[in-house]
Amino acid sequence: MPAADAADAVEQAHRHEWAVVLAATVRLTRDLDLAEECAQEAYVAALQTWPTQGVPSRPGAWLTTTARRKALDRLRREQTLRRKLPLLVEPDGEQGIDVRDEVVADDRLRLVFICCHPTLSPEAQVALTLRLVCGVPTAEVARAFLVAEATMAARLTRAKKKIAQARIPFRLPAVDELPQRLDSVLTAVHLLYSTGHTAADGADLAHEDVCRRAVDLARVLVGLLPDEPEVRGLLGLLLLAEARRPARTDGDGRLVLLADQDRTRWDRALLAQGLRFTAEAMASPRAGRFALQAAIAGGHAVAPDAESTDWWRILRLYDALQRVWPSPVVALNRAVAVSFVDGPAAALELVVVLDDDPHLAAYPYLPATRADLLRRLDRPAEAAVAYREALALTANEAERAFLADRIAGAEGASGTMGTSSHPAQETS
Amino acid sequence: MTQYTVLIYGDESAYTDMSQEAWAAMMDAHNAFAHAVGEQGGKILAGAGLAPSATATSLRAGAVTDGPFVETKESLGGFYLIEADDLDHAVRIAALCPAPSGGVEVRPVMDTSGDGAGS
Repeated sequence: MPAADAADAVEQAHRHEWAVVLAATVRLTRDLDLAEECAQEAYVAALQTWPTQGVPSRPGAWLTTTARRKALDRLRREQTLRRKLPLLVEPDGEQGIDVRDEVVADDRLRLVFICCHPTLSPEAQVALTLRLVCGVPTAEVARAFLVAEATMAARLTRAKKKIAQARIPFRLPAVDELPQRLDSVLTAVHLLYSTGHTAADGADLAHEDVCRRAVDLARVLVGLLPDEPEVRGLLGLLLLAEARRPARTDGDGRLVLLADQDRTRWDRALLAQGLRFTAEAMASPRAGRFALQAAIAGGHAVAPDAESTDWWRILRLYDALQRVWPSPVVALNRAVAVSFVDGPAAALELVVVLDDDPHLAAYPYLPATRADLLRRLDRPAEAAVAYREALALTANEAERAFLADRIAGAEGASGTMGTSSHPAQETS
Repeated sequence: MTQYTVLIYGDESAYTDMSQEAWAAMMDAHNAFAHAVGEQGGKILAGAGLAPSATATSLRAGAVTDGPFVETKESLGGFYLIEADDLDHAVRIAALCPAPSGGVEVRPVMDTSGDGAGS
């Protein structure tokens, strides 16, 4: 077999089977670091043997067996070096070498739940998920978070130390814990996607990869928890965002607002998939904040152009979202929907109230939204001031360029008392 | 089983200004907590309420000063030493602990057995 094909097979297996291999090895080692090392060694072994002996028919099973064999060797050899605090592993079926499919699937889920445990900080949850569940090397995890590799390594070590010392168990949540624990997992995966999404400046492949990993993970979770509407809702939400990603920036890497996006650049296949998962999620009486957010994204996605957006329906969805998830960010987004149903003046009243919310004190989208409403109300001088406020809170280059553009526009307009640059956004 | 401390933090004035009835109600709440821990399959190994932080004396590098080691609005007012299966179990138990003017911190006790028999 050509070496390139084998290397490709290893890469594919790394992408799709890493979590399975690691989770099955954790069950044996009861130590995340040791399991990580053994899983890593199994992939190295694959790189060495697959080119000459061929790719096994079940690469994942081969890698799992290899990693577990290495773990057993290490455990026998290092009996005296055993870590002091073995991970608390929930017993599952037979002990020892057990690679039945359902145990493997459940172990992967246990791995996700331990990484996204609510007693870990949200940043730690996302970093651990990227490293342990997705198998992304620490250097790349650091790049996704825009921190130095040493900083990320320290963050990961600290999180793993807490898992070991505070005894966070490697187990599936009980039925009564599931809603809360699942919410923690979905939030982490959503945050993972946002990390890639907001940091992306068009040409950055590492960030695109993070987005794709988040979508892949959501897909895996739908497979593992098929009866949970919120998991489907998350997948729908991410697929719809992914579908629109090509149109998010123009040729110069500048941010393009949803209303101004070239909708022919949206990925139709992803869009259709996203809408399907969203509809399935919304059909359940247990549809929650992820399903509702997906339905809102879907509401935008089905409009052939910005003018034909069904804002009334989107506002109703925001009302429902605010009921299940009363957060100031939702209130802000709802205000935007209000601006297209009842006009920008009504929306501005709602946004001004949010100015006092300490949670939004450093949130650039608050002044940016206020600025946009003022612009639409033909108050360009005030709009310019608000755009500057937003600019001062924004680090992302594409967003900064967008805001600088708007400031220039507003300042020009305040000189000439010009009309809105976006008549299309005005509503009746 | 693992040992955890449940550290009770809160605004001290809430305790110092407490009426007798409120104090009695709080004591009842702690008795009920002790009972609930057993029902939850955990165990209380020790526990105490602390006298106000104004009574504290701190020693830092040999120097003796009046007052608590760390000056905070919400100070340590008491603690329990409990035994629980894992962090999930400990958090479930800690959620029952009365802490009317603040909250609690769950902190595992360091394992010093050092012989690898940690669990």
